[in-house]
Amino acid sequence: MSTEAQKEKSMILQKEMISGLFNDLSKAKETGKKVCYTFIPGNLSELIRTFDMLPVYPEINALQSAMRKKSAGYIKEAEKHAHSEDVCTYVKCDVGMMMKGNIGPTGEKIPEPDILLLSYTGCFTFLKWFETLKREYPNAVVIMVHTPYQENAKMTPEMTQYMVKQFYEEVIPKMEKVTGIKYDEAKLKRHLELSKEAEDWITKIFDTTKHRPSPIDAYFAGVYYIGPINIGFRGTQEAVDYYKELYSEIMERVRLGLGPITPEGEMKEEKYRLVVEGPPNWTSFREFWKIFYDMGAVIVASSYTKVGGVYDMGWRHDANRPLESLAEYCMNCYTNLNIPQRIDLLSKCIVDYQADGYVTNSIKSCNSFSAGQLGMMREIEDRLEVPVGFIESDLVDPRYFSYSNIKNRLESYFQMLEQRKIIKESTTV
Amino acid sequence: MAIMNKYYLGIDLGSTTSKAVIINEKDEIIGRGITNTRANYKVAADIAREEAIYDARFTLLSNIIKEDMEAKPEFKKYMFDIRTVFQYRQFKRRMDSLEKKLNQTASEFSFQNKEAIIGKLKSIIETIRPKIRHEFVNENLGSKNQFFRDIVSERYNLEVGKLGREFYEPLMLAFDKSITPVENEMVQFNFKELVFESMKTLEEKYKGLADQQEDGSKEDWYYAELNAVKNNYKNVELSLRQHIETVAGEDIHISKMVGTGYGRALLPFPEDCIKSEILCHAFGAHAIFPNTRTVLDIGGQDTKAIQVDSHGLVTSFHMNDRCAAGCGRYLGYIADEFGISLNELGPEAMSATKETTICSTCTVFAGAEVKELLHNGEERSNILAGLHKAIVQRAMSLIARSGGVKNEFTFTGGVARNQAVLKYVKQMVTDSYGELTMNIHTDSIFMGALGGAMFARRNINADLPKADQKTTKSEI
Repeated sequence: MSTEAQKEKSMILQKEMISGLFNDLSKAKETGKKVCYTFIPGNLSELIRTFDMLPVYPEINALQSAMRKKSAGYIKEAEKHAHSEDVCTYVKCDVGMMMKGNIGPTGEKIPEPDILLLSYTGCFTFLKWFETLKREYPNAVVIMVHTPYQENAKMTPEMTQYMVKQFYEEVIPKMEKVTGIKYDEAKLKRHLELSKEAEDWITKIFDTTKHRPSPIDAYFAGVYYIGPINIGFRGTQEAVDYYKELYSEIMERVRLGLGPITPEGEMKEEKYRLVVEGPPNWTSFREFWKIFYDMGAVIVASSYTKVGGVYDMGWRHDANRPLESLAEYCMNCYTNLNIPQRIDLLSKCIVDYQADGYVTNSIKSCNSFSAGQLGMMREIEDRLEVPVGFIESDLVDPRYFSYSNIKNRLESYFQMLEQRKIIKESTTV
Repeated sequence: MAIMNKYYLGIDLGSTTSKAVIINEKDEIIGRGITNTRANYKVAADIAREEAIYDARFTLLSNIIKEDMEAKPEFKKYMFDIRTVFQYRQFKRRMDSLEKKLNQTASEFSFQNKEAIIGKLKSIIETIRPKIRHEFVNENLGSKNQFFRDIVSERYNLEVGKLGREFYEPLMLAFDKSITPVENEMVQFNFKELVFESMKTLEEKYKGLADQQEDGSKEDWYYAELNAVKNNYKNVELSLRQHIETVAGEDIHISKMVGTGYGRALLPFPEDCIKSEILCHAFGAHAIFPNTRTVLDIGGQDTKAIQVDSHGLVTSFHMNDRCAAGCGRYLGYIADEFGISLNELGPEAMSATKETTICSTCTVFAGAEVKELLHNGEERSNILAGLHKAIVQRAMSLIARSGGVKNEFTFTGGVARNQAVLKYVKQMVTDSYGELTMNIHTDSIFMGALGGAMFARRNINADLPKADQKTTKSEI
């Protein structure tokens, strides 16, 4: 009884948060709240909240549309308006949704943006995406922050200052102008304190996969867990409460020795522990997940759940250095790490969570993730002698998800893991 | 025999062909069977298995008369001939069935010239039957890897082409409607009966042979074997009659089996007897060439680059995704475009003076490109060479993605039989990875089925190579 009730509680909390946000968004015009469109990597959630704005995340809307089987129609709509077949499908899905009335995942209309805030420039597509949106919403104010890439695997004080300068000169003045609200650093600091608290919980949550069996799936369920912080609740008490609750539910599973919950109930046997690199496919999310849990594979860590913030290595938002901290946050997002840093991070996950294998889901239209993926895989294979697998799918375009191809490759991969496990066991006994 | 011999079966249900391999307790191949994969996967698997069992019986027979075969040319020749004639006897049964079906289909037609159609049908069959018989009996058609459908349709279409246009549509329709049900029929043969029938056919053949003059067009051994068999076939017959009971009576008891290939999930095997073709191909290739570290398999619908360890176990692999432009089907499509058979593609490409550049990211588009090139006066052989090269270029990209070629390299799959593909594989692997040992085996198409049979013998998961080596030793 207890686990079911607890499971529901965190889910209910999350549902309330999300529906509350979309409800607020649908009433933004009446309430006079300003709306800020921004992206998950390097999002300035706390700053947006400091100016009392409501955030809209186009990627989230796109993936929600895909899960609700609406993305195909939206993509078609965007292609009708000359968006090429090779463009990132998140973009096309979002543009298509906008063209069809901008009805969000809860069925309510999403308001037009007052601000288009681009605070992470590592993804070139983001620039083009907002260029497109600017044409559609000519009244929106565009704020573009240049985020230096961690080419040398570190964030230098100069890089931080470069970004802080942009916050002072570009971001804050424009936000003040649009909202009519004066920048209140004390308020920002309070949000940052709450962010740190939520980040501590998140780290603990994703660290529970150290247990055997792992109480959670850090990819397929992980994407739900990161929902609140990726949809604008980072820096709020609600997020802290949600993660606290979620953590206690997970620890209860650990206490009872239970494995992860899947759409078809609890996973009975944990046969393989995997680390996954790359975003999931959203159009066939359930089928994709099923291939894994049917084979007894649990994902103990994934790069995708770090897309909205990398906390594994100890980095946290810091209220004592508010804008510096925001600058570092932007520069420290997963796709802004250089390739060796990503390799180190994923290798650490493989070792810390005792993974049996490493799988890459490559999305052809996603440059941020795909560039370097093969090289990373080879390096990880060489370094840790861990069996690697490679599959290809797409974010939200159902035409690019070939169930039988993926199943065929994964089946082969799992059989390969099985063999290697037996050999390993027979040599270590 | 006091001890019943144990045999293991591997079935590789591919997108184009279905293969079966039977091995003995020493991992030696004793039977191979191959047929075209058809809509009914079960029938395809059953036919391949049945063929492998007949082949196994011939292997057993050859083992019994091994000494004679080594010492006497007539035995060697006779055993070679009887296998192809044996195939003809099987072919004939199916052909009888097709003839019946064709007539039945035509009789149900509502075309005005129905009677004339039936008449033409009769004459076509009368024309092609002896032709095919001749090719089997005298020209070893049985060893040319052609399947019932291919053999009949090629000759049938040729004859239809000679007739007036008014017959084209009904005759093609009759064939299309009849071939599939006949192909999906499971015909049971009695091995002994078929062997005796084959012996009779051979007797007629050898009797009818006029003394062939040595005109120097063939190697000496050819005439030596021919003359030997012509004069001594009665002795061989006598010997075979002595052993046929034993061989036909031998229980080819399949202790365990493993299914693999694209259609593996559709095989009526228990779940734990189904194994990925990637693992099977690698295991099979490694068994034949133990130093193999990289396996390239080009099949009908997929190309796989596989890295294996010293045990033949897969360490990583890469497969083509979403497009068949680097696979066997691509060749099949091109053959259709040119109106030539698949077997003719390689040799013609080998005769090219240069390779025309083909942008072959898509099988379907390549068809349009080919037409354009032909229109511009490009030689067919050069275009074919370019197409073969394009396939290999795609395979090379997969090899690179899977980690490259680090040591001995083995090429498997149906496409490995194509000489032109082989040529470019050798060329490009050497260019990219330097001089290294490259293996290709006449059984390359059977590697997946062999790997499956070997997994079956190892009881799948319970008994993998390491542990297995130990058991083999203790058995000795």
